[in-house]
Amino acid sequence: MEKQWYTISVYSENNVGLLNRISGIFLKRHINIEGLNVSKSEIENVSKFTIVIYTTEDWTRKIVQQIEKQVEVIKAFYHTDDDIIYQESALFKIASHLLFDERQIQNIIKESNSQIVTVSREFFVLSKTGRRHEIDEMHDALEPYGIMQFVRSGRIAVTKAAMPISEILKEFQEN
Amino acid sequence: METLKAEKKEKKQETTMRITGAEAIIHCLLAEGVDLIYGYPGGAIMPVYDELYKFQDKLTHILTRHEQGAAHAAQGYARVTGRVGVAMATSGPGATNLVTGIADAQIDSTPMVCITGQVTRSLLGSDAFQETDIVGISTPVTKWNYQITRVEEIPEIMAKAFYIAKSGRPGPVLVDITKNAQFDELDFKYEKCTGVRSYKPVPEPDASAIEKAAELINNAKRPYIIFGQGVILGEAESELKALVEKGGIPAAWTILGLSAMETDHPLNMGMVGMHGNYGPNVLTNECDVLIAIGMRFDDRVTGNLATYAKQAKIIHFEIDPAEVNKNVRVDVAVLGNAKETLGMLLPLINKNEHKEWLAEFEKKHKIEFETVIEKDIYPTKEGLTMGEVMEQINIASGDNAVIVSDVGQHQMIACRYAKFKETKSNITSGGLGTMGFGLPAAIGAKMGAMDREVVAIIGDGGYQMTIQELGVIFQHNVPVKIVVLNNDHLGMVRQWQELFFESRYASTVMTNPDFVKIAEGYHIKARRVVQRSELKDAVEEMIASKDPYFLEVKVEKEDNVFPMIPTGASVADIRLK
Repeated sequence: MEKQWYTISVYSENNVGLLNRISGIFLKRHINIEGLNVSKSEIENVSKFTIVIYTTEDWTRKIVQQIEKQVEVIKAFYHTDDDIIYQESALFKIASHLLFDERQIQNIIKESNSQIVTVSREFFVLSKTGRRHEIDEMHDALEPYGIMQFVRSGRIAVTKAAMPISEILKEFQEN
Repeated sequence: METLKAEKKEKKQETTMRITGAEAIIHCLLAEGVDLIYGYPGGAIMPVYDELYKFQDKLTHILTRHEQGAAHAAQGYARVTGRVGVAMATSGPGATNLVTGIADAQIDSTPMVCITGQVTRSLLGSDAFQETDIVGISTPVTKWNYQITRVEEIPEIMAKAFYIAKSGRPGPVLVDITKNAQFDELDFKYEKCTGVRSYKPVPEPDASAIEKAAELINNAKRPYIIFGQGVILGEAESELKALVEKGGIPAAWTILGLSAMETDHPLNMGMVGMHGNYGPNVLTNECDVLIAIGMRFDDRVTGNLATYAKQAKIIHFEIDPAEVNKNVRVDVAVLGNAKETLGMLLPLINKNEHKEWLAEFEKKHKIEFETVIEKDIYPTKEGLTMGEVMEQINIASGDNAVIVSDVGQHQMIACRYAKFKETKSNITSGGLGTMGFGLPAAIGAKMGAMDREVVAIIGDGGYQMTIQELGVIFQHNVPVKIVVLNNDHLGMVRQWQELFFESRYASTVMTNPDFVKIAEGYHIKARRVVQRSELKDAVEEMIASKDPYFLEVKVEKEDNVFPMIPTGASVADIRLK
């Protein structure tokens, strides 16, 4: 079976140790987590994990079943890139003098649709939100001039289809 | 208004008590109906042990000689009673020593609650004396775990622990309690847990899936049932039997499904899997509808998945959605508790007989009997076989003992030849294959079923992994019958070395101590059998004993267990020799 990118969304209780329990499921099958984000969700007191992996659909399905089996997990889904709207964010810290010495940097900032978050005498910080390849392209363009620090966030995603988590929770409580 | 307030206050006094966390733990256990726990004290759990001392008339604590023994004893108790087994240990090494038993309970779906002491909250993460991250360590092998650091959490978490351990597909739960939470006081009030919002223990059965299953079964020419422990855990034994009889369907069992149906039933065809019976394995690849009930298509059951039951439509009755399509792609999945789903299926099943199909099993049984079974049970060679010992135990106990086995050749022989009339009677370490399980599990099984004969069948290797638990048997006079089948080898590994490693016996030859003297050192009546002529009498003496009894049988050193599906081979290619 062909490998591809899958995004797993996990709706769960917000409890200590659950991240460990979920990451262990990937560890057990020797699958690397390529991106991870944990945040609150649209429902009060429900957390949302967004996990990106590169593997086959069969393995993704089995992993999602194992995740969903955990007592504190409400529901887990997996999606292909076509099923979701997704973004990542990145920060670039660059020496300030380059802004004046290297005219090309200004063009990169304009073309990449990135924002200057802060400027000081020593450095300035660019913020870029977009798809992974857009961030990679910007990184590649800036790299020859010297990047002092770089960081990229995990993927965040919402699905095109409806997510009936509130209904699922209600059903759980009724039973 | 005043009276109402007064009433409320009075009511509060009735339902809450100001007590320490340690005492609260005891009240939680009592409220859950626990009257027996296994454990080992130590620094971080001492406040709870102090309360156990005060409550000893209501709650019996059995001091095992190692925490692993406590976990296995709790498992044995849980497996024979269907209730939650409880084990207790201190922090650090006490907790880590429980881990093997917890992992065993996880893979064999045994309801168990483990309570561990932990260093006081302010010391957490500081590498304090006997501090270990047992929540982190036990996460992959528990159904759920939790660290209590505040006394107020105790009642809710304990209630949740018991609920989660027992409900749905059962499993082990570990509750780690910091010492400050044991010492501090709370207003104690206990309410049993009836639900956790993110957790759905039993999926709703889908009537249309059951109809599809019934249609497949009714139209089948060669239907075949393989049942597992799900039948026992779901208490669906009578529904299974009714299905088998009404549909005229041959049924075989996984090692953990053994005893869910009496062994002498004419439609009970025996064991599937690596050392299972010939017909049940070979005919898996000849049936047209395979009905899997409460089993999980373990690799030891299926052999090579690429050639497993490819010709058959497969129906899977299963409580755990994560097991569906995990190893084997199924045509119909019926989720739910087996008692409920089989109960719904039964009225839809046509009365049927499959005489020609059953005759296939009979033919295969005849072949296996002549090439394997006869030589195992009624040997003519000089050396004693494990099979004939098992047969003598069947005869002496009227086919009605609880058989607890360890792991290895003796385990396969015990499961192949033990006879059962009652459910929950076969206690063995299936999924994890934990050597050392047998002796402590037998203690738990006996204490959970004092009215029944409990016979532990153990190899000389596994016996020495938890032999210290003889101390429990002696101290509490637990009338367990212990049979060590001694071949002076780690027999199963030796068998593999013979078959697959050109007889290079790397570290499988054992120079053993005098096991009879060791048992006698614990004041346990003991006897050794080296000749066939002594066997019957010795087994009868053992079964007749009202006290614990140790029997060592010196068996043939280099016997192999057959049939056997070599790793990676198809069930159809099971070897008879």
